[in-house]
Amino acid sequence: MKLPAALQEFGLPRLLIAAFLAALFAVAIATKMNLAILIEDCIARVARNGILVLALLPAIQGGLGLNFGLPVGIICGLIGCVVALNFGIPGVLGVAAAMGIGVGLAVPVGAAYGWLLNRTRGQEMMVGTYLGFALVSGMSIFWLLAPFHNPTLVWAIGGKGLRTTLSLGGIYDKILDRWLAFDVAGVTIPTGALLTFLGLCGLVWLFFRTRMGITIAAARSNPRFALAAGISDERTRVQAAVLTTVLGAVGIVVYSQSFGFVQLYTAPLLMAFPAIACILIGGATVSRATIGNVLLGTILFQSILTTALPVTSQVIEGDISETARLIIQNGMILYALTRVSK
Amino acid sequence: MKAGLDLKARLGHWSVPILFAVLCLSGILVARLTPSFLLGEMLVRVSRNSLLVLALVIPILAGLGLNFGIVIGAMAGQAAAIFIVHLRLAGIVGFGAAWLIATPLAIVLGVATGMLFNKAKGREMVTGLIAGFFSNGLYQLVFLFAIGSLIPFKDPDMLLPQGYGLRNTIDLTGIQYAVDDLIRFQIPVEGRMLRVPIATYLVIAGFCVFTVMFLRTRLGQQLRAMGQDDHVAAIAGIPVERNRVIATVMSTVFASWGQLLFLQNIGTLNTYNSHEQVGMFAIAALLVSGATVSRATVGQALLGTFLFHTLFVVSPLAGKALAGDAQIGEYFRVFVAYAVITVALVLHAWQAKTRRRR
Amino acid sequence: MGTTALELRGITKEYEGVRVVKGVSLAVRAGEIHALLGENGAGKSTLMNILFGMPVIRETGGYTGEILLDGRPIRFGSPGEAIEAGIGMVHQEFMLLPGFRIAENIKLNREPTRRSLLSRVFGRGLERLDVRRMREDARRALDRVGLSVYEWLPVAGLPVGHMQFVEIAREVDKDRLRVLIFDEPTAVLTESEAERLLATMREFARAGVAVLFITHRLEEVRAVADRATVLRDGEVVGVVDPKTTTVVRIAEMMVGRPAAAVAGRRVFPAGAEAALTIEHLRVDMPGEPVEDVSLVVRRGEILGIGGLAGQGKIGIANGVMGLYPATGRVVLEGREFPLNRPRAALERGLAFVSEDRRGVGLLGEESIELNIALSALEAQGRFLRPFPVAALQPLDQHALRSHAEGMIRDLDIRTTGPTQLVRRLSGGNQQKVCLARAMTLRPRVLFVSEPTRGIDVGAKARVLEILTRLNREEGVTLVLTSSELAELRALCDRIAIIYRGRVETILPPDAPDAAFGLAMAGEEDAA
Repeated sequence: MKLPAALQEFGLPRLLIAAFLAALFAVAIATKMNLAILIEDCIARVARNGILVLALLPAIQGGLGLNFGLPVGIICGLIGCVVALNFGIPGVLGVAAAMGIGVGLAVPVGAAYGWLLNRTRGQEMMVGTYLGFALVSGMSIFWLLAPFHNPTLVWAIGGKGLRTTLSLGGIYDKILDRWLAFDVAGVTIPTGALLTFLGLCGLVWLFFRTRMGITIAAARSNPRFALAAGISDERTRVQAAVLTTVLGAVGIVVYSQSFGFVQLYTAPLLMAFPAIACILIGGATVSRATIGNVLLGTILFQSILTTALPVTSQVIEGDISETARLIIQNGMILYALTRVSK
Repeated sequence: MKAGLDLKARLGHWSVPILFAVLCLSGILVARLTPSFLLGEMLVRVSRNSLLVLALVIPILAGLGLNFGIVIGAMAGQAAAIFIVHLRLAGIVGFGAAWLIATPLAIVLGVATGMLFNKAKGREMVTGLIAGFFSNGLYQLVFLFAIGSLIPFKDPDMLLPQGYGLRNTIDLTGIQYAVDDLIRFQIPVEGRMLRVPIATYLVIAGFCVFTVMFLRTRLGQQLRAMGQDDHVAAIAGIPVERNRVIATVMSTVFASWGQLLFLQNIGTLNTYNSHEQVGMFAIAALLVSGATVSRATVGQALLGTFLFHTLFVVSPLAGKALAGDAQIGEYFRVFVAYAVITVALVLHAWQAKTRRRR
Repeated sequence: MGTTALELRGITKEYEGVRVVKGVSLAVRAGEIHALLGENGAGKSTLMNILFGMPVIRETGGYTGEILLDGRPIRFGSPGEAIEAGIGMVHQEFMLLPGFRIAENIKLNREPTRRSLLSRVFGRGLERLDVRRMREDARRALDRVGLSVYEWLPVAGLPVGHMQFVEIAREVDKDRLRVLIFDEPTAVLTESEAERLLATMREFARAGVAVLFITHRLEEVRAVADRATVLRDGEVVGVVDPKTTTVVRIAEMMVGRPAAAVAGRRVFPAGAEAALTIEHLRVDMPGEPVEDVSLVVRRGEILGIGGLAGQGKIGIANGVMGLYPATGRVVLEGREFPLNRPRAALERGLAFVSEDRRGVGLLGEESIELNIALSALEAQGRFLRPFPVAALQPLDQHALRSHAEGMIRDLDIRTTGPTQLVRRLSGGNQQKVCLARAMTLRPRVLFVSEPTRGIDVGAKARVLEILTRLNREEGVTLVLTSSELAELRALCDRIAIIYRGRVETILPPDAPDAAFGLAMAGEEDAA
């Protein structure tokens, strides 16, 4: 099959996914669903998940491939959330405290993660996946045994340890989403969260135009060139790992405040996969990604995830959206894995 | 110097299983488990899990690494089980029919997986893992939505009330113990009668013998050569790509049979969950024995199954005895499974890197 | 001598638009030992890959031309087919499985088998290995090549010389061998082992096998070869009888005709100030090892480094620049500087244009402007705007752009603009980008290796002109490493010839051809 050049540039999988999204909206219009609510949900989901997708960019640009070990950063962010909640810090300060603690943890943890990935070169994706899995399951034990005593966090009666989901109602539930929020044609825009996402995108974009960012990308692009230019790609890879872990930590804090709950235990286990699918759908490859890929991919995939359930339930009984998610998400990752050489 | 290195290597070889044995033993002591309980549990668990672990050996030797794609074989086995329940086949006939249906299905899926691996050379493991997730999506699409709607299927006992999609559990009592009880045998232990699934163990023994014999054939030698260095193998005229597909097909087919053997013991099918963890547990079990991403033996598969499932039984009970909470033990065994795989992957990549450096 | 066993007719092969083999024709008779000579990059390996049906050939678009084996046209899709047809190869990098036993390696994929239960059900592929016969066959083959080692030992741990003979035993064991290729087989052998190998080679020939012998060692060619074909730049330069042709003449054919000096030679007095002193340099660079090199580079001169491939000339610059592990002492302008630290080399005023343009020299997926500025940006902190945290200083896009535009103008880089991806440039223009990057560093001493390899004639002249100008007008001291003698003689003030990792001699550019030829062949004493 030969596609016109412009279409090829856009990529067949992205085309199919865009068409699928268009079809979902077509059905939504045909069945006279409330489009305003649908679009509002899409925007909220983009703002909620965007930073977790953005977190993958430094890893790809730094030559670590798809960061299946995103839960490493997510765990750091979750610890930040739990500690901040334990001290009962409300409002924006609470979010800031959670981020501060999360980032503070993510820097050394990310450096250690980068060190490990340097030692396991060539198997970064596999090591990242299982390191994430092991960490999430190991942390489950920690959540059970952790010395937190704030009654809003631990199980009221019976069980031990922290609750599986911690409600943020009245603490900093949707505090970013609501900041400067406004309505357009019945659609509420979560300004604060959206600005946080876009602002971070801008910062990451700027970062890759600084000395360190340029160095990281150059080392990924050609490690032997980098060596000749006096750059140690072991160091740049650690820098990339720190960055992806830090953004993962920030990402989960923003996610939690938007979602209204902090989810512990096995919740972060599979969080890397939809994020990876997003950036790939946006046109990234295992070795190259741009901010544009992050934005486009997040919008396309999160919109599908948001609309699939309500729209398909108009037509079919049962929740086909989860199945669709599995197929699109993993199909996209498979496509990316089998396409790159090297 | 050489001998010293050998000894060190050998100790390193056994350190993982020894560590595990110690872990299991302390768990047994803490939880005060009786030998009869343990023996009974292990007899059953080893019989129903070994084949799934054995399915991993051949791809490892052929240089494909840990085949995370055996989940796909397990799905083929389940599809076959679903079909014979619909046909109302039972007993060993039912099991045989399931076997006959599962095999060609697994071959087709194995060929597809193998071709995928050929397109993703060097990242077979992560590709296998994702391929498993992807197939799970397709499996759900077929059995949760298409069956009864797009695929003509009328069986109110099996379908959800809405008229399409299978129920979450499917009763397999028809073929339960079909193989296990083919040869009835019970031994009395501490006043309880333990049923020993002799026939199942014979099947497993048959598989071990087959695998060992297979490795001494021409094709087996070719696969072993590929596992060492597929470039050299290709230069020697070995059709590497074709053989990689063959190894994947064998693994997938064995996994489908392994899953059937598992299901006939359990007696119910968790339509949408039974297969999900198959790959992870089988791989963790194999690695517990000290096998690596590039080396595994039949003996290690059996030893690993035994050790891993001992831990599996012991850990919640020990957790309850220690902390008064079985939950901790359950998290612990999942953690151990993931951690074992992580460590094996790290060691593999680490060693590969040092080798390259030299 | 027998009939023609193997004939190549007009073989041509392109890699990504570059023709690496250009219409090569070659005939080898049964029972003949035919040497194939040429520099690295002359097209020998590609030719052998074609002959042996290596997948890399098909994957990169195949080849044109015709191959005849015993008069029948053949076209192999895989090594398996080549082996089946009676073509064998003793590879330069051992094609042995370290974890397999010697006998298993010798019989790999040609194992004698017996029918078994499995084969009755599943077919011939599952026949059982006949281990006894495998060992017997292997024993016989090992005895024939004179290797007395136990055939059931694993290959891992064998001395390299033994491994080479195991490879040869594998070929001996093939009963329908028509053509046997030896790819630099003596590179790893001791002298006596090499002798034995040459004897084995003669035995193959006596048995009627057509032997193709690839080597750099001219003395061995004279010892065993009946004829020798010399390749240069993918073309046949000539077919000679090595018994009657001088080593000098052969060496000359390999490296090309000398050309008139374009730069004009200058003589630097022995006491002239040294820009760079290299003492007892040893570099562990695979394929180009440097054993013990001491050189003085005088301020303002152009020093040439020549020699045949594999002798270590390439390793010198790579070692000094810290790209491969090196020991020794290097003094730049009176101060010693640490080896094995590329950053230190750059900071102290050295720069390097690598022989491996695509591998080391360029970021193909990045723009021209970034490629030009990157080393200076990294090592000297240029093209950045001020920011409190040094690592986060933002790129000065304006300075970057204007600098790149200047270089594009000065070096005449043919491009659509400074933002074009380097990958899309022609070889010659890519080389100019590499030069521009090195010049941006404003180095005191510039190493340039193989500056004109793989670029077209027009660009060649331009690159050499840039180098001359850099030396004459900017006063940059140049160390020019090249396989093309003509190029060295045209540009350099002195030329050091490297042989077996050591400086064989240092010659003036106008020394006679014979002196260069003999020095390159390591026979300087004989001159």
